[in-house]
Amino acid sequence: MRSKKMRQASVAALAVAGLVLAGCASDDGDTSETQSAGGTWPGDGNSNCEGLEQLADFGDLTGTTVGVYTSILSPEQEQHEASYELFTECTGAEVSYEGSDQFETQLVVRLQAGNAPDIAYIPQPGLLQTVVGSGLAVAAPQTVSDNVDEWFGEDWKGYGTVDGTFYAAPLGANVKSFVWYSPSTFEKNGWEIPETWDDMLALSDEIAASGMKPWCAGIESGEATGWPATDWLEDAILRDQGADYYDQWVNHEVPFNDAGVAESLDRVGDILKNSDYVNGGFGGVDSVATTSFQEGGLPILDDNCAMHRQASFYGTQWGDGVTVAEDGDVFAFYLPTTNEDNGKPVLGGGEFVAAFSDRPEVQAFQTYLSTDVWANEKAKATTTGGWVSANTGLDVANLVGPIDQLSAETLQDPEAVFRFDGSDQMPSAVGAGSFWKQMTAWITGEDTQTALDNIENSWPAS
Amino acid sequence: MTTSDKLIQMVIAVALFFGVMAVILLLTQRLRSRNGERVQAAAFVLPALLLILVGLLYPAVRTLIRSFYGAGPFEAPFVGLDNYTRLFTDPTQLQVLRNTLFWVILTPLLSTGIGLVYAILVDRSRFEKAAKALLFLPMAISMVGASIIWKFVYAYRSAEGLSSAQAAGGVDQIGLANQLLTMIGLDPYNFILDQPWNTFFLIVILVWIQAGFAMTILSASIKAIPDDIVEAARLDGVGGWKMFRHITIPSIRPSLIVVLTTITIATLKVFDIVQTATGGNFGTSVMAYEFYTQNFVSGNQGLATAIAVVIFVLVVPIVIYNVRSMRKLEAR
Repeated sequence: MRSKKMRQASVAALAVAGLVLAGCASDDGDTSETQSAGGTWPGDGNSNCEGLEQLADFGDLTGTTVGVYTSILSPEQEQHEASYELFTECTGAEVSYEGSDQFETQLVVRLQAGNAPDIAYIPQPGLLQTVVGSGLAVAAPQTVSDNVDEWFGEDWKGYGTVDGTFYAAPLGANVKSFVWYSPSTFEKNGWEIPETWDDMLALSDEIAASGMKPWCAGIESGEATGWPATDWLEDAILRDQGADYYDQWVNHEVPFNDAGVAESLDRVGDILKNSDYVNGGFGGVDSVATTSFQEGGLPILDDNCAMHRQASFYGTQWGDGVTVAEDGDVFAFYLPTTNEDNGKPVLGGGEFVAAFSDRPEVQAFQTYLSTDVWANEKAKATTTGGWVSANTGLDVANLVGPIDQLSAETLQDPEAVFRFDGSDQMPSAVGAGSFWKQMTAWITGEDTQTALDNIENSWPAS
Repeated sequence: MTTSDKLIQMVIAVALFFGVMAVILLLTQRLRSRNGERVQAAAFVLPALLLILVGLLYPAVRTLIRSFYGAGPFEAPFVGLDNYTRLFTDPTQLQVLRNTLFWVILTPLLSTGIGLVYAILVDRSRFEKAAKALLFLPMAISMVGASIIWKFVYAYRSAEGLSSAQAAGGVDQIGLANQLLTMIGLDPYNFILDQPWNTFFLIVILVWIQAGFAMTILSASIKAIPDDIVEAARLDGVGGWKMFRHITIPSIRPSLIVVLTTITIATLKVFDIVQTATGGNFGTSVMAYEFYTQNFVSGNQGLATAIAVVIFVLVVPIVIYNVRSMRKLEAR
């Protein structure tokens, strides 16, 4: 017993020394030194652990525990935990899962108090930058970096990188560039799924002429009211101005009130502020601001509106007895493009796995989550549907829901140009403040230029 | 942590408290001299003072210092009075101040006024108890609960959004207020959207909650007016308005002040109603809510702490006045 402790202590001392050395040689030190507990991994010779040979390097982790802190709550929590069983089987390490509905607030508080979790699932690149600013985040080990190079697009790796250091591998993902509709209503009226933005407007006119409001929308979401409108604008900028311009806009290299942004916001306004088009089932344009985003698309079920632009995760809002499928009650199509030169932009979101410790079991768990094996385990564990990843090793056939399959296909499409939700990357004074507030004011009557000027003025000086 | 863990923790905490008290008593019981009494008193006061120092004074000073620094949660530059300047020049923040002013002026006056009139009207009537219980009931509902109830009352649907076929059948309002409006032939009205009137509709919610509190305290106070004073006034031919103006009001003046100031303090801290009903949108934000969003949502701790300091500065004189009035009330 005593000798084991001594051994652990000496390993730890060596590890610290290694870290210090790695820190000294830090110019190419983009990753953390890989730690090992020694011994043979329990997955040795176990056929279930095939494809996870990377975990062998971390040794025997029996008796250790990895703490995970996240905003993902029950019932998704159980599905996550089920997908970790293979990790425990192959490494011996347990995973202790802690979900909180105050995650974004509490994570910062915990870091300030020096009570950092081992691992946190961070849903916004902006928050990742904030927590890296605490100095407590640990760069990802080489294995994780390799896996992300192998299984994810460069764009995704970029969102987990802060100041040139790669910290966090992507976990789940969602696609926001979707328009929900009712396949049966479309079929009954002979409406076709539009291929271009202009087609979509022509279809809207046709629907409006038939006496139905073509669009319904809701941007009310408590203190986050306005976020669905920010997604609209981001989608329009990606389509009108292209992904490079979008990145510059997100990073404030292009001012928020640039002419290109105004053009795209007006394009959104042609739909969301057009009283001939909205707001099916609720009222006039103003009612967009007071309708909750959860309710926003439901009039589709009563034929009070035909189309609702909202992310893949809206699939869980339709309620029991509504079939989400291409031949069912509701389904989604890809929000069409405005300019062929800008390819097929896909706006989306997702979580990232940040670590605040470099203990071997923590690194092993990070590695496990970045493999194709875990992505498929998670897909199989998500029996109710509602989960997808941008991991290209994910077999679409393992996903349960048709909308998840559509999302995965959209994410894995080689032509797709993926961009992360811009408001999640901006400084929170804008991305979780003035952007939401001004989009809400814009819906209720403020003109485009004033709204954009106000956001530009609120951008933090530094 | 499981429930049993929490219970065990609670038991340990209570045992610890008694343990510490017992030790203090044991240590100080032998000191019987004059100085001994002082030591005894100090032994009981000091822990409380220490707790106030750690739990109240230290955070307050930290908040004050923090308000002179910039936004970030981990590193923030010294910015001097910038946060305060912004608080009193930025149009959004000015709107917040204006709304807070509306709340602080209207809520105490309306709640106390309604409570007072109601208390006098039902005083000594046949159904006094039932009538009082009716007005007092909203006090038992949490602020969030009340806000959700009123959000439903204000809910808005209009025919504009319906397809032509369905619009012919009329709109089903789910909100009580709009249903009443349509029943008397008026158009439905979006109560929580139209500035600046939406702030007043939110104030109605707090008045609804607080009027019961005002009524209870004032009613008790009215009943405590000595009968001989009332009778003497009657014999002098005083009645109705004059009785109210010259007998009732002066007699319950201390209670009135306590009620007014207590509601004012509660109003300065109003947060739940704005958070639940509008999320601070449509120009309805108030200081307590703005403090929360700046700190926890927008990540601007500098501005948030500055708002907290201003709220504190505004509350302190009212608290002092309130405490003094209460002392007077007790001394009588």
